[in-house]
Amino acid sequence: MLATRLVAPTRSHVLRAAPRAFGVQLHSQRFYSDRVAKFHGQKNSDGKYTVSLIEGDGIGPEISQAVKDIFEAAKTPIAWEFCDVTPILKDGKTAIPDAAIESIQKNKVALKGPLATPVGKGHVSLNLTLRRTFNLFANLRPCRSVAGFKTPYDNVDTVLIRENTEGEYSGIEHVVVDGVVQSIKLITREASERVLRFAFQQAQEIGRKKVRVVHKATIMKMSDGLFLKTAQEVAKDYPNIEFDAELLDNTCLKMVTDPIPYNDKVLVMPNLYGDILSDMCAGLIGGLGLTPSGNIGDECSIFEAVHGSAPDIAGKGLANPTALLLSSMMMLRHMSLGEYADKIEKAAFDTLAEGKYLTGDLGGKAKTHEFAGAIIDKL
Amino acid sequence: MLSRNSTRAAQSVLRAAAQPKVNAARSFATVQSDIFKPTKYGGKYTVTLIPGDGIGAEVAESVKTIFKADNVPIQWEQVDVSGLDDATPTGRTEDLFKESVSSLRRNKLGLKGILHTPIARSGHQSFNVAMRQELDIYASISLIKNIPGYETRHKNVDLCIIRENTEGEYSGLEHQSVPGVVESLKIITRAKSERIAKFAFSFALANNRKKVTVIHKANIMKLADGLFRSTVQQVGKEYPTIEVNDMIVDNASMQCVSKPQQFDVMVMPNLYGGILSNIGAALVGGPGIVPGCNMGRDVAVFEPGCRHVGLDIKGKDQANPTALILSGTMLLRHLGLDEHATRISQAIYGVIAEGKVRTPDMGGTSTTHEFTRAILDKMENSL
Repeated sequence: MLATRLVAPTRSHVLRAAPRAFGVQLHSQRFYSDRVAKFHGQKNSDGKYTVSLIEGDGIGPEISQAVKDIFEAAKTPIAWEFCDVTPILKDGKTAIPDAAIESIQKNKVALKGPLATPVGKGHVSLNLTLRRTFNLFANLRPCRSVAGFKTPYDNVDTVLIRENTEGEYSGIEHVVVDGVVQSIKLITREASERVLRFAFQQAQEIGRKKVRVVHKATIMKMSDGLFLKTAQEVAKDYPNIEFDAELLDNTCLKMVTDPIPYNDKVLVMPNLYGDILSDMCAGLIGGLGLTPSGNIGDECSIFEAVHGSAPDIAGKGLANPTALLLSSMMMLRHMSLGEYADKIEKAAFDTLAEGKYLTGDLGGKAKTHEFAGAIIDKL
Repeated sequence: MLSRNSTRAAQSVLRAAAQPKVNAARSFATVQSDIFKPTKYGGKYTVTLIPGDGIGAEVAESVKTIFKADNVPIQWEQVDVSGLDDATPTGRTEDLFKESVSSLRRNKLGLKGILHTPIARSGHQSFNVAMRQELDIYASISLIKNIPGYETRHKNVDLCIIRENTEGEYSGLEHQSVPGVVESLKIITRAKSERIAKFAFSFALANNRKKVTVIHKANIMKLADGLFRSTVQQVGKEYPTIEVNDMIVDNASMQCVSKPQQFDVMVMPNLYGGILSNIGAALVGGPGIVPGCNMGRDVAVFEPGCRHVGLDIKGKDQANPTALILSGTMLLRHLGLDEHATRISQAIYGVIAEGKVRTPDMGGTSTTHEFTRAILDKMENSL
């Protein structure tokens, strides 16, 4: 009896202390109460922002030229800084040249055309290298139907945000014994919170009232469970945004059945699901040639066209610059130059809707420069 | 009487003899032997029926009514296992689950709805997954095909998704290294990849399909998905009449919603199967019309190909029983009861094509009961 009484208070004390200790720990992990991924770039002496331009391979130079022409016509306060990212091997690892890293770090923002990863063993994809070098933790993928291009789906307007640094693409894999491979999906509270905060902020910025987490926590109770739980906690800091969660299976099913209900939401999810769903959404509106993408980091952000470098039509003036152009619109908005973005975007969508100057991939006959010219005329 | 007894004994001896041999030498050379048949007792097959949660009870009722009306020689052994916490008295859930597994093991054949899985960490592991792992029903097949007369956004879709069911991302191996850092293991083995590959190719061969596409993400998961891809391609060499190609899963999802006609048979690890079968179901009109089955060496469980519980429309008499009925007809064909299967599936296709009686998910206003009634009428008229 005596013993029990002696033990009892101690135990209850421990029990009470434990959650508190946990709470403190939680709090100290909250790095991101401020705005995530704010643009810190400075104007030059001539009143322009410098942007690093990675033209890319294949059709990259042509579509970059189109974007440059359009920007000049719209009198955007942007100066371009050419940037070469041909990979080099540094200590046996794929790396991008120091000059490029310096340029992007200085300018805080870059626009990137398609890159072809050199085929051969040991080369990590350049996109992955860039993401790692600049810690680009969120991938922002809006998809909006283009009026001039008919697909089975109309009026699609989805926004997906994908965690970009961990999850299934952590790159941690090993062969346990011959014929048995383990691949690790890594989910951390820190990275999850960062991308979730970005999602809520993005929703506020673009005026959407709902954020939805896509997960598979029924099966992956701990990993996706952690992502979901973090989302529920972060959501409390954004009371004006409606938050809910949906199972991956349901999202796939409902989006392909009818994507319209997703037009008022921002979707946020771990790496693999985001990868698959963002490409699926691109499929809804007609492919990667029409979808922009932004890789957002705390320091730097890179906006890019996610389609391939199409070496077969390179140099022929047949490429469609829409994806890169739309990505550059996202870039302008990120730099708080929204008024230019609105102007150029309207001209671009009008040109596409008219259908007079469409490139080959959209069923037209126009050359890259003719399409760009039509947009410039509208401006 | 005597003769029947001795046949039965002989068969059980045969089965007993076959059993250890299978276990001892698990070479995956003869997957065709996986297409087995259970014994028929008293002129009837015993089949385990697991209605499942959500709409399960209603659509299972519909299947029972239709099968009975057609005098299908099947005796149901129903197990009402549920994944919902409040559906059964405490403690009974696990028991019922075990009962369902042993019933399936006994009968070797099952017709199953979908069981609910809670999200909460304290909740039980998915019964659907546990059942597949326990019985080693490794291959899941979803048949995605436009139903004539039911117009959707996409035309002429006819693809088949074959999914590895027992490993991959659904291994259930997860741990927290330190608070806030969780690792989840995806396991890919050559043996299981080879097994599913053989299954996919023999399925393609048996069903007159021309092409098998491997779905993977080997550009990122070079080892795990790389092993899966190379194993399937290796197995493909043994089937020279079937074309093999491969596609990265994100591209496949994109192609699926823009040009689904290019696909024939698709084979993939667990998680991608979940994603693509849902995309596929959406192409042809939703989970209510996609049949499927899960095959193992010893047990075959037929269940809707796109696994949705449908808790939101539970008990409202709105559920579309097509998926479960068509899965049921697959079961009949598996048993060689083709006549019954044809009669039932023709009736159901007839009703949908006419378009007068359709459940809400197909844009109609009819109830599950009315839809079932319409199928019964159609079957009677065709006699």
